[in-house]
Amino acid sequence: MSSHAEEPNRRDFIVLAGSAFAAVGAAISLWPFIQQMNPDSSALALASVEVDLSPVASGQAITVMWRGKPVFIRNRTEEEVKAAKDFPVADLPDEVARNANVAADATATDENRTLPGHENWLIAIGICTHLGCIPKGQKIGDERGDFGGWFCPCHGSHYDTAGRIRKGPAPRNLDIPPYAFVSDTQIKIG
Amino acid sequence: MSSHESNYQPTTRFGKWLDERLPVNRLVYDQLVAFPTPRNLNYLWTFGGILALCLVVQLITGIVLAMHYQPSGEEAFNSLDHIRRNVNYGWLIQPMHAVGASMFFLAAYIHLFRGLYYGSYKAPREILWILGVFIILAMMATAFMGYSLPWGQMSFWAVTVITNLFSSLDSIIPGMGTAIVEWLWGGYSVSGTTLNRFFSLHYLLPFVIAGLVILHIWALHVVGQNNPAGLDIKSDSDWVPMYPYAVSKDVVGMFAFLLIFAWFMFFLPDYLGHADNFVEADPLVTPPHIVPEWYFLPFYAILRAIPSKLGGVIAMFSSILVLVFIPWLDTARVRSAKYRPIFKWFFWLFVITCIALGYLGALPAEEPYVTYARLFTAYYFAFFLIIMPIVGIIETPKKLPGSITEDVLGPGGGKGASAGAAAAPEKR
Repeated sequence: MSSHAEEPNRRDFIVLAGSAFAAVGAAISLWPFIQQMNPDSSALALASVEVDLSPVASGQAITVMWRGKPVFIRNRTEEEVKAAKDFPVADLPDEVARNANVAADATATDENRTLPGHENWLIAIGICTHLGCIPKGQKIGDERGDFGGWFCPCHGSHYDTAGRIRKGPAPRNLDIPPYAFVSDTQIKIG
Repeated sequence: MSSHESNYQPTTRFGKWLDERLPVNRLVYDQLVAFPTPRNLNYLWTFGGILALCLVVQLITGIVLAMHYQPSGEEAFNSLDHIRRNVNYGWLIQPMHAVGASMFFLAAYIHLFRGLYYGSYKAPREILWILGVFIILAMMATAFMGYSLPWGQMSFWAVTVITNLFSSLDSIIPGMGTAIVEWLWGGYSVSGTTLNRFFSLHYLLPFVIAGLVILHIWALHVVGQNNPAGLDIKSDSDWVPMYPYAVSKDVVGMFAFLLIFAWFMFFLPDYLGHADNFVEADPLVTPPHIVPEWYFLPFYAILRAIPSKLGGVIAMFSSILVLVFIPWLDTARVRSAKYRPIFKWFFWLFVITCIALGYLGALPAEEPYVTYARLFTAYYFAFFLIIMPIVGIIETPKKLPGSITEDVLGPGGGKGASAGAAAAPEKR
């Protein structure tokens, strides 16, 4: 062997090809063991819910569950909509709409945070974008933060009435889930 | 393992027969009976044995608890109640495991600070030290997953907040963090699925720790123990055999430690936990104030001290990983801080910093606490990255004793009779 060190022989080729085959095989057989941890079919099946909005009067809010996550639905008053519209987008910490229903690079104007014709409805995933706590502000008497929207008690993030981050450690606005109005008072989330 | 020659003599015919086939008795004799131990060890050196005891206690109580625990989102919370109220001696075994986790960390932190003070990380003990850092990391992962199992509000939200740390990776590659978090959860939020896999991993990791501990002890027995003087064993008068000397000292330390352990276990079994964990996990309500267990508080304070999400996560993991590099960050020529007049002060300031960070970690994230946490975080990293390299160069160490024997008996000691006397005092 030692005298032929520089010239690969048939045995070198077989060892190399054999080990490469074994390495690729090991890597492929690892995949099911990684993939089994991802959300399973039963979790994926819970992909959409329908919600009746008719009992929610102006100024009221409800929370529904979608994919195991709380979704905040708030019927905003005119003052709340105006407060959100009047704040300049350029001054927001996160200028992206984060709305699954509009383009990914849309700016975080109040219009882009809601659906056209239904601008009083703010529908957002109620999970703080910092570390996943549930912000306060849905129940009557809850602390709503400095901007009248939501306040996360874990690390002090303040969201405005359009669910946009205004103060605190959260990096992004509250995410808007994909949803559509199936009738004037009925939405389908997911 | 050690460079010393084995002088094990099998006394029975069976012992001789076995020794030629599987020399397990020889291994025990050489490593745990005749093993040379520096004669100047103080009580801080008993924590190695105490930690081994802690691991055994956690393994035995954990295996027993798994016989009664239900790792499902619906049953977990109630099964804890069942263990505490119905299972025979469950009232004893469950607090033994929960308090045992705290005691394990208490002993590990004392062990770690002892190594830091006496320079036990310096050559030739780098690998020994790094294995210790890996053990601490594995302990943290195990404790975190174990804390999720009671499935109370603190369990649930601790899992939510800590797994969400990985979502900060979204700011490097969009979507990567979310994909990792959903992979860890097995869903779009923390659920019973998550609990089930954490239970499986919580059962696995202690055996990984046990494996690392075997490597840690192996490395220790290759290079030998450090000691308060930081000197190597040079002559036979410098050491005593492990049995009975070090073993009996370890037993004294263990009993003192068990007194504290038992006091918590019998009288304050839930004192180290949180009242919120007696409320069942509710994905719709976050407790007003989320805090981890006491042993994670300094790291939690570092996480919250950094204003950026990803930066906080990096700082938190770095605060432990930096320990891997200190064998090369410390430039001093002597090991023990006993002989380092300047470093000694920085060391105690570091201890105060860790305690202060722990205190701040339990407070809400608001002013003025955030500013204090930032100052102490800065010192935490400066101690390793700036003070250790610089002080080692500029400091003039105090005069070291000539040998371990001189450290015990004073200058000129250790000449004449004491050598044999230490190894066999009954013949003195």
